[in-house]
Amino acid sequence: MYRYDEFDATIVQERVSQFRGQVARRLAGELTEDQFRPLRLKNGLYLQLHAYMLRIAVPYGVLSSKQMRKLAYIARRYDRGFGHFTTRQNIQFNWPQLGDVPDILQHLAEVEMHAIQTSGNCIRNVTADQFAGVAADEIEDPRIWAEIVRQWSTFHPEFSYLPRKFKIAVTGAPDDRAAVRVHDIGLRIVKNEAGEAGFEVWVGGGLGRTPIIGVAIRKFLPKEHLLSYLEAVLRVYNLLGRRDNIYKARIKILVQATGGDKFAQLVEEEWEKIKDGPLHLPKGEIDRIHRYFAPPAYEKLDDIDPAFETAKLENPEFARWARTNLVKHRVPGYAIVNLSLKPEGGAPGDASADQMDLLADLADEFSLNEVRVTHHQNIVFPNVRKRDLFALWQRLKPAKLATSNLGFISDIIACPGLDYCNLANARSIPVAQRLSRHFSDPRKLDDIGELRLNISGCINACGHHHVGHIGILGVDKQGQEFYQVTVGGSSKDDASLGRIVGAAFSEDDIVPAIDTIINTYLANRTDRSERFLDYVRRVGTDPFKEALYGPAPARRTAAE
Amino acid sequence: MALLQHGALQPNNWRFVGDDAAIPADEAVIVSLKRWQAESESLRGRNAPVGVRLKNDEPALALAEDVHRLSLIEVEFPKFTDGRAFSQARILRDKLGYQGELRGIGNILRDQYLYMTRCGIDAVELPEDKPIEGYLAALEEFSAWYQPASDGRTTVLELRHPANANARQGASALLSASVAAHSA
Repeated sequence: MYRYDEFDATIVQERVSQFRGQVARRLAGELTEDQFRPLRLKNGLYLQLHAYMLRIAVPYGVLSSKQMRKLAYIARRYDRGFGHFTTRQNIQFNWPQLGDVPDILQHLAEVEMHAIQTSGNCIRNVTADQFAGVAADEIEDPRIWAEIVRQWSTFHPEFSYLPRKFKIAVTGAPDDRAAVRVHDIGLRIVKNEAGEAGFEVWVGGGLGRTPIIGVAIRKFLPKEHLLSYLEAVLRVYNLLGRRDNIYKARIKILVQATGGDKFAQLVEEEWEKIKDGPLHLPKGEIDRIHRYFAPPAYEKLDDIDPAFETAKLENPEFARWARTNLVKHRVPGYAIVNLSLKPEGGAPGDASADQMDLLADLADEFSLNEVRVTHHQNIVFPNVRKRDLFALWQRLKPAKLATSNLGFISDIIACPGLDYCNLANARSIPVAQRLSRHFSDPRKLDDIGELRLNISGCINACGHHHVGHIGILGVDKQGQEFYQVTVGGSSKDDASLGRIVGAAFSEDDIVPAIDTIINTYLANRTDRSERFLDYVRRVGTDPFKEALYGPAPARRTAAE
Repeated sequence: MALLQHGALQPNNWRFVGDDAAIPADEAVIVSLKRWQAESESLRGRNAPVGVRLKNDEPALALAEDVHRLSLIEVEFPKFTDGRAFSQARILRDKLGYQGELRGIGNILRDQYLYMTRCGIDAVELPEDKPIEGYLAALEEFSAWYQPASDGRTTVLELRHPANANARQGASALLSASVAAHSA
């Protein structure tokens, strides 16, 4: 993984000192809360319902075991013993004291981490495919480019006061695991006709109040021009993006208002002038970053491991976990292991300090010291020998880290919701907990098959409800928490936005409503090969409406 | 208002003249872009200096033909959260090669000052009694820079790859000269 050189280390250390000064000015009363707010936000520090919340960057989701151990230490010393992994591959601590934050940042700097630009109207932490470098279907490793973008965007003097936040995601595989089409900029590594790798550039996707699938404004961008092209997009946005209404300020609104073609033309005109300037990436720098992501020293192994096969035969529970939570590794004899942070009845994405310490120890023992965070709020061990899988599973199980539900209905994405967030209209975590208890029977999960269920506590959509196969959105109805349901969303290559099934459900009715939706699907799918998403795409929302609200004429009468 | 320039608070010898007011004969004046365009002939013929104030929804490229004639351009930060002037400044410096004074006006906080200088702004307007120590300290808060901007500061990339740096500095030294002198 990437390691800081003297320059990276200097910049992060200077940022710690700068922020220490800003906190001191705030505590001394030299800065008002209004003046302090944008400064703390640029360092990931929010003021939530009950306390400050510190969001720490996990660049493109990659953590060393040493870094994970440090997060455990911070959780224990400065928080209430846990942390929350987010849909942007970051981690949040919900209970730090303002005066402690500079010390937390100092601890982070010691392990090459920071909270730079994890919030505020600037270029946020860059996300990438959680299987980068190990996925069997990968064209090129997106981490190299995510790191190059991370450096370019860090303290960018021109783009630190944008109209609104700006999120960039990179994927290097045809199977889009980074949801690039719903990002402000999404970069897909593709090959051109000559067989060279470059970027397909998507802009103007996003969720929030106005969910929009992005537009591909360039089919192929040679790699060495990445930064100049990004600079051109950002410059057009910084100058022309709306600043009169924060709900209209994201780049997606500008792209929609301008039109994709016209927007692309504005970017190309700007890019033409700067593409051969100082942002042109020298090969030496690409190679330098590339070297940090060189594959680790893998053992030469047979792809089929007899011990692993035997363990599966002898232990059906392990066999099930192996079937649901493992992904094919590019190196024979190795597996990519997904560790679910969605145990039955748990808060999605939460990990205790003890779990984090265990993850660090197990990563050292089993995964070549490396851990990944996924935008589905799970953890990945990217490099596990198949022959070690059973031993690893046995160690994960007592720590509630071996739930076999990856990609199933209980693998829920949820925002922190009204339990923590001062924007939320409704709680997300208790709904996720109840659903995960309701759908806990492995046979039931297997029967339902692949299903993405995402919950947001408000219209800002941090829980990505629009792109869930089933989406749940918390709304406020006369002071009561209600939940609106959508079906048919996807954040993958076939990206689509979910459609509302009808009137929102009360807190008591939401779990039965989801149950009704699932039963409708199970009773009417052509066969098991028709996934829930396929079924919705075939039949639309009518069968669900009918099952949930009664036959169409009755609905009409009821409305009258 | 005074000016923070060359590391010290200086008197401001320029005056902004509204679109309807008469232009004094021998005073350094600043006019709106609209007036500059409408009266460019008479304004160019003046003996005293003329500057232009660019609103932040006006394109910097509108001054493409004029940058060599102007010795002052103002860009606005109506709220410190409004960062359009950062891009305007970079277009004026990098794209149009403007070498005169580039002045930031409006809500100028110390926490943005470093970014302003990086984007080529070499003077900012501040109240006469404003303590400037914080502003000067802000310029020293960082010593390494990831991205090239309009200030000619050596980037991390150039330090990592000195051979590329030589080529680049030849090309951009001219543009960056005035700002580099200020920030040195």
